Amino acid sequence: MTTTITHHAPERLLIAYAGGALGYAFDMVVAAHVSMCDECRARLGAIEAAGGALVEGADRAEVPDALKARLLDRLDDAPAPVAASRRSGIYPGPVAAALDGAAPRWRSVGMGVKQSILHEDDGGSVRLLHIPPGRAVPEHSHGGAELTLVLQGSFSDATGAFGTGDLEVADGTLEHTPVAGEGAPCICLAATDAPLRFRSWIPRIAQRFIRI
Amino acid sequence: MVTATPAAAKRCHRAVNKEDRVSQKAGPDLSEETTWMLAVRDQRDRSAFVRLFDHYAPRLKGFLMRGGAGAAEAEDIVQDVMLAIWHRAHQFDPARAPLSAWVFRIARNRQIDIRRKAGRPVPEDSEVREGEADAGDALAMDQEAVRLRAALGELKPEQRALVEKAFYGELSHAEIQDETGLPLGTIKSRIRLGLERLRHELKGLRQV
Repeated sequence: MTTTITHHAPERLLIAYAGGALGYAFDMVVAAHVSMCDECRARLGAIEAAGGALVEGADRAEVPDALKARLLDRLDDAPAPVAASRRSGIYPGPVAAALDGAAPRWRSVGMGVKQSILHEDDGGSVRLLHIPPGRAVPEHSHGGAELTLVLQGSFSDATGAFGTGDLEVADGTLEHTPVAGEGAPCICLAATDAPLRFRSWIPRIAQRFIRI
Repeated sequence: MVTATPAAAKRCHRAVNKEDRVSQKAGPDLSEETTWMLAVRDQRDRSAFVRLFDHYAPRLKGFLMRGGAGAAEAEDIVQDVMLAIWHRAHQFDPARAPLSAWVFRIARNRQIDIRRKAGRPVPEDSEVREGEADAGDALAMDQEAVRLRAALGELKPEQRALVEKAFYGELSHAEIQDETGLPLGTIKSRIRLGLERLRHELKGLRQV
């Protein structure tokens, strides 16, 4: 937990997380940021309190007596084990859970930049990016929105400077060239809500030529 | 809008402590639900749990069905949430979050776990806490929750519908305006106060 976080999750993102509207990829980035940021933990708590108020005020639906009886019978059963969400090194709980105790499986995407894909599905993808100090991620734009959370080091682009714990929220129109800061390599958790487009740079280069 | 100042919280605290010594139970002004939950947490009180069930199960089922869940799915979630409340009661801290917020969060996470193959990523817990929660903070949080509910009740129907849609997960983050008209101001400041205090406690622990 650090007190130097300056780029926070916007309210609408926290509300969408609380309501369950985000896909797995965005859920992970929001959960990771909240794990690192007391400010956003408090804001999410307030939003969930509003969710709680809606539950309190909801119209009651009949619950069968049999369900209640079954439940009361089960109270003495051993609870199903719940894996605690714990930080591991630089990886906040939800990321550590996805890595499941293993180190990231880094794959080069060119220019010294490496990535490790944690998850992808129709709703988007989430991956770790490893950018050497002072290096730039080649210019790219995304089809959808992109969330980028700094786990180690820092980066900057046209929109500002981002340090550990900071969250960048970019919509699909942003063309940006993130440059890693000096010092430790920059490790980010990055998620898009569009299908992953570049597993390798070659198809993208080809795509560019084809467009021309 | 009533804002709980630290001084006011302290006054509540003293009042509650006094009451504690007299009646040997939680403060009289805590909501019934919170009092039941504390009995479940501290005494593993089954009759209090039955009361919690009777209070929350029908409301939660209604809430989930209004959000589009079928009756069977809603009942499965209700069952899982109530079991979680029993088994994870030690995690409940009335000074940190209202009970209904905790119920809401467990239900939403459970629903997403059921719908997705991959479990939902959730934030790390920050429930490290030494000693008893401040009774004044618990009381203030409880009262904030009541005020929040009243404020939601006073929204215009179309505003309320929008808020509900957001909490049923029917609005994407791009569709939610940063100003949804959610009257979250007071409760937000209260939760922040709670976190500020927790941060001091943790700092103190580290320095020991």
